[in-house]
Amino acid sequence: MRNESVVQVRGLVKRYGTTTAVNGLDLDVRAGTVTAVLGPNGAGKTTTVETCEGYRRPDAGTVRVLGLDPVADAARLRPRVGVMLQSGGVYSGARAGEMLRHTARLHAHPLDVDALIERLGLGSCGRTAYRRLSGGQQQRLALAMAVVGRPELVFLDEPTAGLDPQARRSTWDLVRELRADGVTTVLTTHFMDEAEELADDVAIIDGGRVVAQGSPEELCRGGAENTLRFTGRPGLDLGSLLKALPDGTAAAELTPGAYRISGTVDPQLLATVASWCAQHGVMADGIAVERHTLEDVFLELTGKELRS
Amino acid sequence: MSGGTYTPRPGAAPAGRMIVAQAAFETKMLLRNGEQLLLTVVIPSLVLVLFSAVDVVDTGEGRAVDFLAPGVLALAVMSTAFTGQAIATGFERRYGVLKRLGASPLPRWALMTAKTASVLVTEVLQVALLTVIALALGWSPHGSPAAVFLLLLLGTAAFSGLGLLMAGTLRAEATLAAANLVFLLLLVGGGVIVPLERFPGAVRAVLELLPISALSDGLRDVLQGGASMPWGAAGILAVWAVLGLGAAAAFFRWE
Repeated sequence: MRNESVVQVRGLVKRYGTTTAVNGLDLDVRAGTVTAVLGPNGAGKTTTVETCEGYRRPDAGTVRVLGLDPVADAARLRPRVGVMLQSGGVYSGARAGEMLRHTARLHAHPLDVDALIERLGLGSCGRTAYRRLSGGQQQRLALAMAVVGRPELVFLDEPTAGLDPQARRSTWDLVRELRADGVTTVLTTHFMDEAEELADDVAIIDGGRVVAQGSPEELCRGGAENTLRFTGRPGLDLGSLLKALPDGTAAAELTPGAYRISGTVDPQLLATVASWCAQHGVMADGIAVERHTLEDVFLELTGKELRS
Repeated sequence: MSGGTYTPRPGAAPAGRMIVAQAAFETKMLLRNGEQLLLTVVIPSLVLVLFSAVDVVDTGEGRAVDFLAPGVLALAVMSTAFTGQAIATGFERRYGVLKRLGASPLPRWALMTAKTASVLVTEVLQVALLTVIALALGWSPHGSPAAVFLLLLLGTAAFSGLGLLMAGTLRAEATLAAANLVFLLLLVGGGVIVPLERFPGAVRAVLELLPISALSDGLRDVLQGGASMPWGAAGILAVWAVLGLGAAAAFFRWE
């Protein structure tokens, strides 16, 4: 079940006039996982997701969602897929509670609306008109509308944009609960920490293509060099240390007594350094492994800061 | 698979239930909107009461209310099917409501059916209210109810097509302005309050082809004149309905 591909995008191209928004993009989403589509504004995230939702027709390439064509099989897909748009989607005069209740009525076996309202902290504004809700409340209502029909697959377009940290956590928890109950989630984000925290798979998009895809761990490991720092007595014989370490590892004394080792930092390397220190009577203080974050990976792959 | 809260159990509600829910919801949104109520209820009622009681416009022979009531019924149809629907749908498009509904289990044909049902429900309420007011003012309607019913239906189709065409092609603000302007112009020049006989011949010939004129004069032929079925007016409305709905279907943009 977990490895079955529920979204399959191959060579997707989408142009708007002379602008190419998506340019040969491939994406796979495994059933029951959370996939984060990560990239800066204008990378093609929304276009990709909206093509999967059936809003746009590909100019080239194929898109399959739950094995179906999002445009041709829209009628069969719509009940099975939950959609949270980046913004809007609600009658401006509608109250939060009645809008969610109405959305639920369009489905055969909806969630308990009152429980969902409570769960998302919308209880206090159930009778407030949509246009008077805060941005964060509007986001949570849109999220609730995406999941209320008990879909197999949900697309969330920037679900935490504009949320305060607490609401953000609560949205993350909901996504985790969805996964625990077997719902597949595809979300777009330009928050690194969101992708690292939530996603089983991350697809990094830049310029309309996927430049890297994998689990956050794989992405942070792959290619990127990590760093080990420690302090000890000044003037250690680094030449002797390097002999014990694999080829391609570098060592330096940055300031007297402060050492940095760069290379593939794995448990083996850590053990080697520790035993070399033991042999040389060095009490290494403040050993710290600095792992590369998705942010570093992104910067290396695209040469861009994620959030400009 | 475990029975968690969110365990997938997807499915669309039966089409009939979705349409009823959507129509009820849209009607509720419409009745809650102050500006819409002004257009659909307050203005037609005021026109009826004011011009019946005060002899501002020469409405020809007979009681003013017998001339005005059919015109105001036509005005009510225009206010809901055209002006109200255009403005509401224009803003639904602008706020992404139509887009979001496009991802829901509700098919487009069902959405359009629900919108039509919502317009018809509103019109029934309007006609009931205006009939009561007119009767209180001494109105004595004649003619065949079937003919009145058919004219109202054709008028609704004609105005809905034009309203949806406007909502689906113009920006929401432009729709708001244009729909109100058209409402005002047709109120004056469409035979609702001012008999078309008051206009010069050439102008009148053009005005008579407008859907509001066809509807108000057609209703007047039946309700005031006791005609069985004004085929000319019905024909004009049918042509507008085909053109308007056809153009709306061809040019409507959902986003």
